[in-house]
Amino acid sequence: MKIYVCIKQIPDPNTVVSKLDPSTRRLVRSGVSLVLDPGDESTISAAIKLRDTIGNSELIAVSMGPTSAQEAMRRALAMGVDSAILVTDPALAGSDALSTARVLAAVLKKENAGMIFCSTESTDGYTGMVPGGIAEFLGIPQLTFAREINVEGQRAVIKQVTQTGYRTVESSLPAVITIASGSFEAIYPTMKGIMSARKKPFTQLTLSDLGIEAAQVGEAGAREQVMTIGKVEARAAGQVMKDDGNAASTIADFLQRYQLL
Amino acid sequence: MYHHERHTITMSSTKTSQQALMPPATDLYYIDHLLSEEERMVRDTVRKFVGERVLPIIGDHFEAGTFPRELIPEIAGLGLLGMHLEGYGCAGLSAVCYGLACQELEAGDSGLRSFVSVQGSLAMFPIHKFGSEEQKQRWLPPMARGEAIGCFGLTEPDSGSDPGSMRTTARRDGDSYILNGTKMWITNGGIADIAVVWAKTGDGIRGFLVERGTPGFSSSDVHHKLSLRASVTSELHFEECRIPAANMLPGVRGLRGPLSCLDEARYGIAWGASGAARTCYEVALDYAKTRVQFDRPIASFQLVQEKLAIMATELVKAQLLALQLGRLKDEGLIHPVQISLAKRNNVREALRTAREARSVLGANGITLEYPISRHSNNLESVYTYEGTDDIHTLIIGQAITGQNAFS
Repeated sequence: MKIYVCIKQIPDPNTVVSKLDPSTRRLVRSGVSLVLDPGDESTISAAIKLRDTIGNSELIAVSMGPTSAQEAMRRALAMGVDSAILVTDPALAGSDALSTARVLAAVLKKENAGMIFCSTESTDGYTGMVPGGIAEFLGIPQLTFAREINVEGQRAVIKQVTQTGYRTVESSLPAVITIASGSFEAIYPTMKGIMSARKKPFTQLTLSDLGIEAAQVGEAGAREQVMTIGKVEARAAGQVMKDDGNAASTIADFLQRYQLL
Repeated sequence: MYHHERHTITMSSTKTSQQALMPPATDLYYIDHLLSEEERMVRDTVRKFVGERVLPIIGDHFEAGTFPRELIPEIAGLGLLGMHLEGYGCAGLSAVCYGLACQELEAGDSGLRSFVSVQGSLAMFPIHKFGSEEQKQRWLPPMARGEAIGCFGLTEPDSGSDPGSMRTTARRDGDSYILNGTKMWITNGGIADIAVVWAKTGDGIRGFLVERGTPGFSSSDVHHKLSLRASVTSELHFEECRIPAANMLPGVRGLRGPLSCLDEARYGIAWGASGAARTCYEVALDYAKTRVQFDRPIASFQLVQEKLAIMATELVKAQLLALQLGRLKDEGLIHPVQISLAKRNNVREALRTAREARSVLGANGITLEYPISRHSNNLESVYTYEGTDDIHTLIIGQAITGQNAFS
């Protein structure tokens, strides 16, 4: 089976303090160190595990981004992904979640993908809308919050994380599968993996390769607009209570209200 | 979502008319930009591994005086053992990549870097370079997989900086050699499956592969160390130890053999020390910015700033020295004097940085809650092992004057 994993290069969440550009109201991505989204590292690890379990399969990473995203993709290759496809085109600048999903879906359609892995959301924008968009463009099911993934015949069977545990959900293939964060430990690229990454197939596509008009994507095609940006309200002081003998039940009620118990 | 703009700062992007962006305090000279994508990937991978797997446990191992053996399969799984060697299950990465891995390992702990240096540079390297095909096939793949651990026996109780004065002998007896003598301060000795031992023969100094369990070969660990506590240091004893003559390394004779191994390891140390220095500098900087005394962060005081400025400057210098050393090695232009210069400078400055960082942290600096004293104690060993600071000074002196001050 051809398994695909959609990945993204983002400002390094470990070293970069996120800033918003007041004029574009978007995250500042220039002049900062960029890395493969750490969430995607777990997703890639989940996909590698599945590929190796079911056998006779290949794993392809797909991304949309500037040419600098090659570095993030080569990290995916070093981790064990077999090949990579990057869509890069000046007209893509300013793309929103819809455009991103449109472009990725166009690649996946062309490639005849059997299974598509995505992180639930990126660690920079956190919209979480791209995976659903891809499934919609392709007209295929989406299985969400997977913590375990299996293929049984022509069906995908996952354990979906719920508030109280998990439930088993299945669908036909092809399908988009989003990974529950923290469910798969990210594997490290090995030194041999790093050496072999540069020899693995790497394809770059432009919009015209995908038959997408420039007007459908980028700033021109964006249906999403950031209207305002503002500061998060400062947190009010917490509630202090004196123990009059009922503290334990008061605390339990409080925790229950937030479904922490 | 997608933004088509410059995503990295490049050296050329700074125009004279434009105020350049303030570089990050942890990379004041954008040394990051001097690395290739592959090199950065090696560095980032090892850094992540150290952060996730090593740092949570290393303080406890240091305190207990134990080597974190549980990390060996993971270190081997990453491909770090013999990573700069070609073939036989090794990754075959560049010298710069190997150096960066050493830098990151030692940013965690010098003991951990020592383990990898000894395995890759002192045990696997001589087998790879001077061993027979049979020796290579037998030992290198399991050593790369971390299933066989190696050590390197050159130093003796009475023979340190002057290895030519060694007393260990190997006497030919038919198809065997018989080893007698003692090797001292041997990293990995107590956990080694295979020892690369240098001994005097009728044919000059030769290298021998001695397997654990060979009758007449025993080891005892050195205890009560105040440095490299998360590392095994041992004494190797050979008493009428009979080994097959085929266990001799055929490819080298004389001190050139062990010294070429030391060049490999010292190369890694030059990088490693800059990693330890970086950790101490970063911890001191962070501490100074958050520790408030006299109603101000102590980073605002001139005396503290001077310490931090010196640390930052020396770190940049050490990193540049190590990187250029690596480039020379990859180009095949490296000379031992360059390794001596970098090892000497980088360890010396790392030790100074660790001590200064300790003073910035005050009492907190002496605990294992912070890595500072662990690093400074470790660096005390690094300062004199693999060629003491003094010996490296004399190597540089000899190279630039043509005068040998050793003897």
